[in-house]
Amino acid sequence: MTSIGTTLFEAPDWTGIGGSPEHIERRKDAEERASRLGLPSFEEELWRYTPIDELDLSKYKLLLPGGPVLDSGLTDGIDKEAAAVIDVVNGKISAVSTFDESISVHSTGDKLENAIGSVVSPDFDFFADCNLAYNTAPVFVEIAPNSVVTSPILIRHHTSFENLAWFPRVFVHAGENSEATVIEHQSSTDVDALVCPVIEINVAQAARLKYLTVQEHGANIWQIATQVANVGRDAHVSLNQVALGGAYARARIDTKMMGQGSSSSTTAVYFGRQKAKHDFRTFQKHEAPHSNSNLLFKGVVDDESRAIYSGLIRIESDAGDVNAYQTNRTLKLSDEAWAESVPNLEIENNDVKCSHASAVGPIDEEQKFYLESRGVPADIAEALVVKGFFADVLEALPSSLVSEAVNLRIEELLALDLELSRR
Amino acid sequence: MTVLSMKNLGVAVAEQQILHGVDLEVASGEVHAVMGPNGAGKSTLSNAIMGKAGYQITSGSLELDGQDLSTLPTWARAQAGLFLAMQYPTEVPGVSVRETLELALAERSSQEIDVQSRLLEEAEKIGLANELLERALNVDMSGGEKKRNETAQLAVLDPQIAVLDELDSGLDIDALRACAERIEGMTEQGLGVLCITHYHRLLDYLPADHVHILVGGRIVESGGPELAVELEAEGYSRFIESDDESEGVSVAIGGRSQQTSSSISEADDPFADPLA
Repeated sequence: MTSIGTTLFEAPDWTGIGGSPEHIERRKDAEERASRLGLPSFEEELWRYTPIDELDLSKYKLLLPGGPVLDSGLTDGIDKEAAAVIDVVNGKISAVSTFDESISVHSTGDKLENAIGSVVSPDFDFFADCNLAYNTAPVFVEIAPNSVVTSPILIRHHTSFENLAWFPRVFVHAGENSEATVIEHQSSTDVDALVCPVIEINVAQAARLKYLTVQEHGANIWQIATQVANVGRDAHVSLNQVALGGAYARARIDTKMMGQGSSSSTTAVYFGRQKAKHDFRTFQKHEAPHSNSNLLFKGVVDDESRAIYSGLIRIESDAGDVNAYQTNRTLKLSDEAWAESVPNLEIENNDVKCSHASAVGPIDEEQKFYLESRGVPADIAEALVVKGFFADVLEALPSSLVSEAVNLRIEELLALDLELSRR
Repeated sequence: MTVLSMKNLGVAVAEQQILHGVDLEVASGEVHAVMGPNGAGKSTLSNAIMGKAGYQITSGSLELDGQDLSTLPTWARAQAGLFLAMQYPTEVPGVSVRETLELALAERSSQEIDVQSRLLEEAEKIGLANELLERALNVDMSGGEKKRNETAQLAVLDPQIAVLDELDSGLDIDALRACAERIEGMTEQGLGVLCITHYHRLLDYLPADHVHILVGGRIVESGGPELAVELEAEGYSRFIESDDESEGVSVAIGGRSQQTSSSISEADDPFADPLA
């Protein structure tokens, strides 16, 4: 059918590329661009501190093994109350069900093809181009104008095939004055695989969209994710990340306040154990007046794990009356753990309120002393302080089921569950 | 009978010697007040007893019933029977008072205690609003609410010896009375109290058996309750004359003596700025 998939990856039996002739052409262009660009280097600012030079693409193959979602993990129970469930496994859509007529889901067709690339533009970067070239199971979710979808839309991306490279692609369009919540669950078994999702989000005028990403990959997964939200006039987007797994798990998250009165709230909870590496790159771009953005990231690095955060607030010259805030706090729980936090501001307009705060440090000794002075053993006191550190971000997640599940997982990671069950 | 005992206790903070050989013994059922001006070393004493990081014992001994506390971590001192009610209770986001006390009590004994009912009971006694028990520890609480919360925790944990670090600071008179009277009730059940305070008014509701004057890191005089009354009338100036500490300390004490020489009713004003 096409020569796509042979210049960058080994692609035995590769027949997965679909779409109209124009779309195939776009894929070929993207592949050519990616081949020309080559992998980024850690000398580039956006890839500083990353292990990108350790990525060996020849290890991974383009295949379409498909399969079932093996474990519902931290989103357990969501499927039973969801307005829609979309399962995409190892590059193939395995199930789509919708229970709300305000939601439509497409995996082929003009609507989907026209949407793809309209938020994350071609030539965004190497991995987005790879995604444009090699995505095999794109999903377009449309929420009808003026509708309020109260139950979450669940999208599960599951990886269970050794040495697979795959490129999940999601486009969510929240129609004018609509309201919805999407929960995307990225999970995997302990296979060694490369997963590079691209999530495009378009929030039309006056719409309210919450998008929660729960990443609990196995310890050998490389994930390089890109998520961009365009926010229209008087619209609001909330992008929440829970990142607990992966060998190297990167998420680039852009919010673009494109219409006047638009706003965004971006949060993340991340927790690294053993040799995990978490990497977040955020952009809050204000292109319109009267717009607001708020970002709060909280993470822990334990054992020998690493975390990188870099964030940029950019305010264009014609975007006045803007509030933009950015905070990243990383707790370092072991001497071998490492974290870097780099905030940046670029402001072209005087009528703005902006702040950025960034801190990497140990846990709060005063809090620990307080708990110990009640008689709480030192290790439990430390775990309680860490759990409490995450509390405000977790409470604000758009799903109480998920926030409770994550809270329990964090207790497990802190070995606090053992102490609680010891009673 | 439990005894908290300090002999010739010297404590340094950041290599600066703050306490110069303190001798004190607090036994079950007794209330000892340690009074002193700002900068005398009162909070250093309470933090050193509880083993806060950075408070280094440089001489003497600190024992509970003969057990050396100086090498124990903070939590083990609490488990051994000590409690510290803090001057400025720390906010701990996302952690409830109930889970804190459950974890502390679980460490002490395998016996199940219904912490929630006990907390509600104690909150009732001292006028702490129930909804505050649902909040994260000390988060968004007023000074008075924090002190009532400390008192409720003290009552539920039921330690042998309680160190009260300026329990009265930031407390209005109603809260002061409620907290002090509850603690007074506990002393009748055997609680020993080391009450560190700047002012006499706490002792109106929590009468002290013994009063010690701490100036410049030394106990310069000990006596019965009459000493606190005398102090109320005369201020700390009498004790400062014998003080050969740094000038900085003297200046602060001088300011204090001026204020205490004003009328008693003013000194009793619960809304007066204690740092004025």
